[in-house]
Amino acid sequence: MNSQAPALRAHLRREARTEEVFHLATKASALLVLVLLAGVIVSLVYGSWPALKVFKFGFITGEKWNPVTDVYGALTPLYGTVTTSIIALLIAVPLSFGIAVFLTETCPRWLRGPISTGIELLASVPSIVYGIWGLFVLAPILQHSIQPWLIDHLGPLPVVGALFQGPPFGIGLLTAGLVLAIMILPFITSVMREVFRMAPLSLKEAAYGLGATQWNVVWDVVVPWSRAGVIGGIMLGLGRALGETMAVTFVIGNAHRISASLLAPSTTISAAIANEFAEAVGDLYTSSLFALGLLLFVLTFVVIAAARLLLMRLERAAVRRV
Amino acid sequence: MNALQRRRIFNVVAFTASALATLIGLAILCAILFTLLTRGFSALSGTVFTQMTPAPGSSGGLLNAIVGSLVMTGLGILIGAPIGLLAGTYLAEYGRGTKLSTVVRFINDVQLSAPSIIIGLFVYTLLVVRMGHFSALAGAVALGMIALPVMVRTTEDMLNLVPKSMRDGSAGLGAQPWRTITHIVYPAARSGLLTGVLLAVARISGETAPLLFTALNNQFWNSNLNQPMANLPVVIFQFAMSPYKDWQQLAWVGALLITGFVLALSIIARSVSSLFGQHANPGE
Repeated sequence: MNSQAPALRAHLRREARTEEVFHLATKASALLVLVLLAGVIVSLVYGSWPALKVFKFGFITGEKWNPVTDVYGALTPLYGTVTTSIIALLIAVPLSFGIAVFLTETCPRWLRGPISTGIELLASVPSIVYGIWGLFVLAPILQHSIQPWLIDHLGPLPVVGALFQGPPFGIGLLTAGLVLAIMILPFITSVMREVFRMAPLSLKEAAYGLGATQWNVVWDVVVPWSRAGVIGGIMLGLGRALGETMAVTFVIGNAHRISASLLAPSTTISAAIANEFAEAVGDLYTSSLFALGLLLFVLTFVVIAAARLLLMRLERAAVRRV
Repeated sequence: MNALQRRRIFNVVAFTASALATLIGLAILCAILFTLLTRGFSALSGTVFTQMTPAPGSSGGLLNAIVGSLVMTGLGILIGAPIGLLAGTYLAEYGRGTKLSTVVRFINDVQLSAPSIIIGLFVYTLLVVRMGHFSALAGAVALGMIALPVMVRTTEDMLNLVPKSMRDGSAGLGAQPWRTITHIVYPAARSGLLTGVLLAVARISGETAPLLFTALNNQFWNSNLNQPMANLPVVIFQFAMSPYKDWQQLAWVGALLITGFVLALSIIARSVSSLFGQHANPGE
């Protein structure tokens, strides 16, 4: 027994030392997540400094983007990013809501798995594939049938008419918004489905007991109960739409121009960076693209962080109840 | 019509609309897959896998792009997966309940949905500018940074599913936590962790934006990690936006290959995780 004691002690020492190293390695890896974020912020600020020094706050309100005269303003891409994202939300939110309601309420159990897999597969399709599909399939359909109809029927209307005027290019803000809508649909659906499922059965049964129809239960019980989660899901989708790059780059038309019409080509922050960065000559040009990146980062970070906070609080509340 | 009838009719209308929304969603998926299959297969041939990307007007394949994508995705996973595994382990084991882990979890969740082009800008500053040129290595680092949050998230979720009693049993036998984690917890969560890796591969193999100004592209064969390397997503982007018919056709073939690969991975990941008895949340 005694002869084994030193060996055992050595073994235990080794185990303890490995423990220290392993613990440290996991902690360092966790810290790296924060360090990388800090690195991203520092590199964006550093990269955009020259442009921000020249243009100051005028960078955000400047409409000109001219590599020849070396004047850059972010208003056009910012307008494009916000407009396409709003279009995407207007289309994706009702659709996602419908799908989530269908999957949690009416769908037969055996169909639930296949259908939700199908919808979730939409999230796995790479964004470049949405881009190429949008450009070669969706854009021609829009150009030849849907946009002429919009121009003829909505164009002459007062106020809204301005949004649907001009020639049908096929590519532009509306097309980009549509493609974005398809891309964010599975994410919003998945969050909505999760929170709808969390609605307490007792509340729903109480409503049924009062004579509510199934729709009354969804709209007046489930939705109000899960409001925070629904908003979180929508904002998560918005965050995705604001930052999506490749699909938009294909179908936005890449024109630094603000037009009232949604059918006109434009550009977004991410599309401008993707298109111009590798070819940007001149420090101020590159720096302005970095400044666009910084703007995009701040925009998406605020939206996604708010969404996550909402969802996190909801999750915690659910845990507490259990 | 009384109020009850009106409510009943509205009920039917609303649920019909929701079924219709579901149909629209599925129809879009089918439309995309149908286009990919018809356009992709019509141009698919053996030369796609044996020849390099061509100059406009001449025939060629996607060999260098396919190999480049495999190399960079593989390297990206080699960078992102171990770090993600360790970080996820910290969140689920050592750091459980600490302030640090709350902050890391939150930032990681934000990174999950953050725009990938920003990562491209970061790696450009970090590596491309320092090294003076675009390189496959920079591309792999960018992909690794995108795989990282996916790995962290799935690792934590999967480790949390392992019952605490197994850890207690191991600790009761005198094992140090690292031994418990590596010999008890990891094996118990094996298929869940594999799901995480598969999801991370699926996530980065279609990424284009972060490669645009890190790996760039290369019309020729290149096995030097220190040089620009061809990759499927950027080739698809370039070829699809070009005015040349044969380039556009190759772009469709590339899109078919990537989508087939990614969807197959997602479906495999899903079945692996359902074997594990837990539903993973892909990329969300």
